[in-house]
Amino acid sequence: MNHAAALPAEEHFETSTGLNTFKLGFWVFLGSETLFFGSLIATYMVYKGASVTPPYPSQILNIPLTSISTFVLLMSSLAMVLALAGVQRGNRAQTLTWLLATAALGSLFLGFQAFEFTEFYHKGLTLQTNLFGSTFFILTGFHGAHVTVGVIWLLMLWVQALRGRLGAERALTVEIAGLYWHFVDIVWIAIFTLIYLLE
Amino acid sequence: MATAEARVRAEFEPHGGTGIWSWITTVDHKRIAILYYVTSVVFLVLGGIEALIIRLQLAQPNGTVISAETYNQLFTMHGVTMVFLMGMPISVAFFNYLIPLQIGARDVAFPRLNALSYWIFLFGGIFLYSSFLVGQAPNGGWFGYAPLTSKQFTPGLNADFYSLGLQALGVASIMGGVNFITTIINMRAPGMRLMRMPLFTWMSFVTSFLLITALPVLAVALFFLTFDRQWGTNFYQVAAGGDPILWQHLFWMFGHPEVYILILPAFGILSDIIPTFSRKPLFGYAVMVYSGCLIGLISWGVWAHHMFATGLGPIADSFFTISTMIIAIPTGVKIFNWLATMFGGQLRFTTPMLFSIATVGLFTVGGISGVMHAASPADLQQTDTYFVIAHFHYVLVAGTVSAVMAGTYYWFPKVTGRFMSERLGKWNFWLFFIGMNLTFFPMHFIGLLGMPRRTFTYSPDLHVTNLNLSATIGAFILAIAFLLLIVNVLISRRNGAPASHNPWGAATLEWATSSPPPEYNFGRIPVIHNREPLWLPGKEEVVEAAQARPGAIHMPPPSFWPFFTAIGIVGTFALFLTGHWWAPLIGVAWTAIGIVNWAYEPTH
Repeated sequence: MNHAAALPAEEHFETSTGLNTFKLGFWVFLGSETLFFGSLIATYMVYKGASVTPPYPSQILNIPLTSISTFVLLMSSLAMVLALAGVQRGNRAQTLTWLLATAALGSLFLGFQAFEFTEFYHKGLTLQTNLFGSTFFILTGFHGAHVTVGVIWLLMLWVQALRGRLGAERALTVEIAGLYWHFVDIVWIAIFTLIYLLE
Repeated sequence: MATAEARVRAEFEPHGGTGIWSWITTVDHKRIAILYYVTSVVFLVLGGIEALIIRLQLAQPNGTVISAETYNQLFTMHGVTMVFLMGMPISVAFFNYLIPLQIGARDVAFPRLNALSYWIFLFGGIFLYSSFLVGQAPNGGWFGYAPLTSKQFTPGLNADFYSLGLQALGVASIMGGVNFITTIINMRAPGMRLMRMPLFTWMSFVTSFLLITALPVLAVALFFLTFDRQWGTNFYQVAAGGDPILWQHLFWMFGHPEVYILILPAFGILSDIIPTFSRKPLFGYAVMVYSGCLIGLISWGVWAHHMFATGLGPIADSFFTISTMIIAIPTGVKIFNWLATMFGGQLRFTTPMLFSIATVGLFTVGGISGVMHAASPADLQQTDTYFVIAHFHYVLVAGTVSAVMAGTYYWFPKVTGRFMSERLGKWNFWLFFIGMNLTFFPMHFIGLLGMPRRTFTYSPDLHVTNLNLSATIGAFILAIAFLLLIVNVLISRRNGAPASHNPWGAATLEWATSSPPPEYNFGRIPVIHNREPLWLPGKEEVVEAAQARPGAIHMPPPSFWPFFTAIGIVGTFALFLTGHWWAPLIGVAWTAIGIVNWAYEPTH
């Protein structure tokens, strides 16, 4: 009993696996998200070609435009990697630049999505028009909502970095935000392939 | 939070207080467990009252106690309550209390997230029940089949309360799943390898995986329903080419893992209690673990056995018949292992043991009727009749609820430091046993004789009057049994015989620390060398460490933000009811305020 007080204070924080608890918890959460998007994507696939009224996907999807926005989103993942590298090295300028770049590229992607949604609306595709409208807007809408949350998260980190509160000791915070960001990107790759590229 | 929380104190300072505020802000897994338990019992009473009214209506043919519309609302809310507001959360109460104690942790991985889960559950439950105030409780059955839930057939708010309420509860379950998985993987005591964990923790682990994988599918199904109803999308609209069967697929892809979410914790409880009162280690520990994992895995491949009557075609029917029958194998393994554990043991027939033995026996009855309607041709006869009601009440009441009663009697001394009354306990058990069988056994025959479920009345020509009367009498006996449980808890909490730290002579780690455990659980985290740390050599060291005077322990401080954030999250869903697209944004903003304050709250 006497040596209780002599134990190192960190005793409580050693984890069984050596993995950080927050990171592990976030991975588990992403696992759950996979099923969420999986169900949305599966529904899209089930209803592919089932619309009884136009406009149909082939008449309305703008593949070149969305290819550009896809490229933008994928580049944002690269920016995210550079931002994390900046934080890990304690390089404030690099951190600030690339966090902002990631958020900006994410916002640009959202801009493309807003443009696309508006254009579809003018061409007569709404949530109510047909099954394509319902499944398309809900699936890409939920993805867009995830990107929006990611952009807000990145901007909050950027403000912290600006105030000098995002040093190397907090690299894990940025790493977890990065996990989320890359996850959302990967989901988009699946969506882009299945909605836009697959005949 | 982890490293920021490190703060060296010479002595542990408890986060004091017992007032309302201390409960609202608590992040202690043991107090949250008690909140979960008490809330679940309140919902058990509400769901029970609904069942009793249903049984009164059905006591005689052509019953006139309630109208058909009220009947619809009652059976729907009975199902929703017992699954989402009683069955799941009461298991989570046990997860919360026991997992950290069984693996040698001071709390769960994310204590504030844990509190958030509870508050979302509570507010979500209140939201669902508020539907009675406007007379528009959900009325489309607990599985709310499309297209019955569409605006066309359910113009009122009934289906909105259903979809939005369940959506909120699902969020809480996913958070809980993330929390428990992380806790079990990462917060075990030194030497507490996965294959040394108590079976209850193992089954909680499997259940948590089912929670995080099944609930998102329900979330998607419910979002589709909400959007169909609020914004005119076409997911379940036949006229637009939509397929109502999509709802059934999504719902049961969630719904069948859900069945195991409800029963696996019960299996875990039994696997901890039976060895204690047999004075023998669990027979085939590893096989018990593997069969639990296998049940969890296969539960993902059996969902369409709920849908044989929809005409899936012979290939799908065959596949799901076979997969469903296969799942009976690991389940059967568990039953034989419990029997083998008892075989040759020094059995002590305490109340928890009685409930456990009854669970093994009666669950098997439900399991066998389950195999019966796994066969798709037989299922066509049985589906939507009282036979199905008999089946799933045998697995859920005689399985889950009975195991929960066993668990209550078993762990009560740990929670309160006092025994529950054994005398009342025996009464409780026998009334439960008789009431349960009297209520649900006749339903097998009622169903086979052709009485459909969810019909508010029946004709005397069906010749099921006496059977129904028996079920009604049984239901009231069952109600008395539950009342006795509550009375026993209330009396024993103050007046029960004092219990030592290990009053039953159990083997698992939660019994090493004092009863009730201190806020920090273990003075020092014990080092574990085997599966039965309190039976095998080295037990003195384990107990000594567990009850050691605490040194520099940092426990997370209370927080108001989980409560605040939960209001925002449930509010977001509730505000969909207004029909204004912007209204939920108020809830989103409220939630955002909560999250930001949460993120910047000092945790030390």
